[in-house]
Amino acid sequence: MDNQEKKHDSVLLAHGDGGLLTAEMINQIFLKYFSNSVLEQLSDAAVFTVPEGRLALTTDSFVVAPVFFPGGDIGKLAVCGTVNDLAVSGAHPLYLAASFIIEEGFPLADLERVASSMADACREARVAVATGDTKVVPRGQADGIFITTTGVGVLANETDLGPHRMEPGDVVIVNGNLGDHGLAILSARETLGLEGLITSDCAPLNRLIGLLLEQCPGVKMMRDLTRGGLATAAKEIARAGGRDIFLSEERLPVHAAVRGGTEMLGLDPLYLANEGKFMAIVDPGQAGHAINLLRQHPYGLNAAVVGEVRNGEGQLYLETALGGTRILDLLAGSPLPRIC
Amino acid sequence: MKVLGRLNDSKLSMQMLHRVRDTATRVTARLGRPVLLMEVCGTHTTVFSRTGLRGLLADLVELRSGPGCPVCVTSATDIEAMMALARLPGVILASFGDMVRVPGATGSLESARARGADVRIVYSPADALDLARANPGREIVFAGVGFETTAPMVAAVIMQARSQRLNNFSVYSLHKLVPPVMRALLESRDVPVDGFILPGHVCTVTGSRAFDFIGAEYGIPAVVTGFTLVDVLDALETLLNQVLINSASVTNSYRWVVRDAGNPRALEIMKNCFYPDEVSWRGLGNIPASGLAIREDLTNWDAGRKFAVEVPPVEEPPGCRCGDLLRGKITPPECKLFNRKCSPAHPVGPCMVSTEGACAAYRVSDTSQPGR
Repeated sequence: MDNQEKKHDSVLLAHGDGGLLTAEMINQIFLKYFSNSVLEQLSDAAVFTVPEGRLALTTDSFVVAPVFFPGGDIGKLAVCGTVNDLAVSGAHPLYLAASFIIEEGFPLADLERVASSMADACREARVAVATGDTKVVPRGQADGIFITTTGVGVLANETDLGPHRMEPGDVVIVNGNLGDHGLAILSARETLGLEGLITSDCAPLNRLIGLLLEQCPGVKMMRDLTRGGLATAAKEIARAGGRDIFLSEERLPVHAAVRGGTEMLGLDPLYLANEGKFMAIVDPGQAGHAINLLRQHPYGLNAAVVGEVRNGEGQLYLETALGGTRILDLLAGSPLPRIC
Repeated sequence: MKVLGRLNDSKLSMQMLHRVRDTATRVTARLGRPVLLMEVCGTHTTVFSRTGLRGLLADLVELRSGPGCPVCVTSATDIEAMMALARLPGVILASFGDMVRVPGATGSLESARARGADVRIVYSPADALDLARANPGREIVFAGVGFETTAPMVAAVIMQARSQRLNNFSVYSLHKLVPPVMRALLESRDVPVDGFILPGHVCTVTGSRAFDFIGAEYGIPAVVTGFTLVDVLDALETLLNQVLINSASVTNSYRWVVRDAGNPRALEIMKNCFYPDEVSWRGLGNIPASGLAIREDLTNWDAGRKFAVEVPPVEEPPGCRCGDLLRGKITPPECKLFNRKCSPAHPVGPCMVSTEGACAAYRVSDTSQPGR
């Protein structure tokens, strides 16, 4: 058996046929890293009890290229992305389902690395992978590895977050620097001379957000700032709430290297993806409290008030450093495909 | 970094903005109408929009965009030709990202890619050369779009391909030259421009002297400048003062980057690789010696000759006024399609697609909210 194992250092089509090699891969990689009582039942469906409250369900597919990038990899991303979607909805994440589509020839060592970083992220977020699936497709029919995660979380009955709570005078806060993930991916793909300067902000935010919701009832709604960045999220919120949002250019936290890099490439950090950032609409009376709270946490060190809600018709504006305003709209055509 | 930071310093910018407004007020009073300035470069167009400067000066300065967005001045016929190249079996077409969404007559490089053509986005012509090395069995065609700023890099890459005998690499040269199109624009006397803001990066290659004729022969002042807010405000101040005293000189306000005689090495390598040829500009038609064709001794690396793709000339999309826009005759809101039939998600003309296009820039300008 040992000899045979050594022959396989990459994923074969047979790893996806449901037979011996599939069982081997599940045992030696997935169970090794994801081990928990629900998953170990290895039944067709995970069965678990949930605390009282309402359920939140979300799903996301991850196709990032390259699979490994500064600050993370597709595994960490697949956990954080789904955990953060639940967290900004006000839910406490419980379990994940993880589905892998693997290209024939993908190195088993890389698969193990991905599984290991998923496990690390799960541990940090205090969630468990309760069920999963693996498919292997012939070489050329996928690019390395694609992961879909579905997350389930529980929401306290009294939690009420959403654009309906937004009022003129509310402030917009973010938990830190914008655009790190987008530029980190781009610089991992192209030689831009930014290597080592920028790492992805990929991180599970549920514990930070949990703390914020617990101690700051003036938080009215949240959104994570993935594809399309802050501008896209804020525009969607403005439209949904039927109010205008004004962002202030001077208050936007952006790392100097990201600012330099985006200027050079003609990109805008406002539209670049983040994987460890969220925006919140907060009662102005509690903004200071919220910022102080966020800044005490490693994922909120550069938290800042970046704008405010005003009466209007669902437009998003940017007030420039010069005192002008410009309209921010949804992006047409991705400047950067396959960032997550 | 500190010095560069200063160029975006908001306190300094505010002071400069006040000075520009003061001067513009005096010019407007003297002319009895708002002063009409043309920014030739698409990047300046985006700076005016991105910083809100256009709105902050709207009552005093009318800004018109010129033919300075290389993607926008590429004709629909040339886009059809690139699509035809991309569809050839075995070809990988490498292009800057801006170009792929620009509509021709039957689609764009993006839609060609969706239908199976192999179109790759690159960030520099050198990346296209890497593609040629990595794919010896394929033909890599680089879509050479750009002005004097881009052409020397492409020339260097062609020379490199020759010295390394990379015969599966070629360039489809649609490069264009700014001084000839400026002359054509001035000859047409379409728009009574009071002053020009000249493209700083083009001038790093050509030198500011290449634009002296604007003042000397047409009696219109012009200023060469860079792209930070401070650069642009400084240039506006200089240009408005010239209009005020009726001076028609071409001033180089970008001295830390631009020399009067330009970059001799860049000019040399362009000369070794290209020759000026008559080419067609969107909206402006054919202009003599305004494009760069690849020299005959480099035919192996000239995709135009290598593949001899013939596409029939196509009309510009009906109703699209990108041509008038690129001549400075109108501003985007004057086009009936703007923000209606033509939007970033469903662009009709190139000026809505390119990040340097005037229509895309105007989408973010908001003159109804002049600050607080």
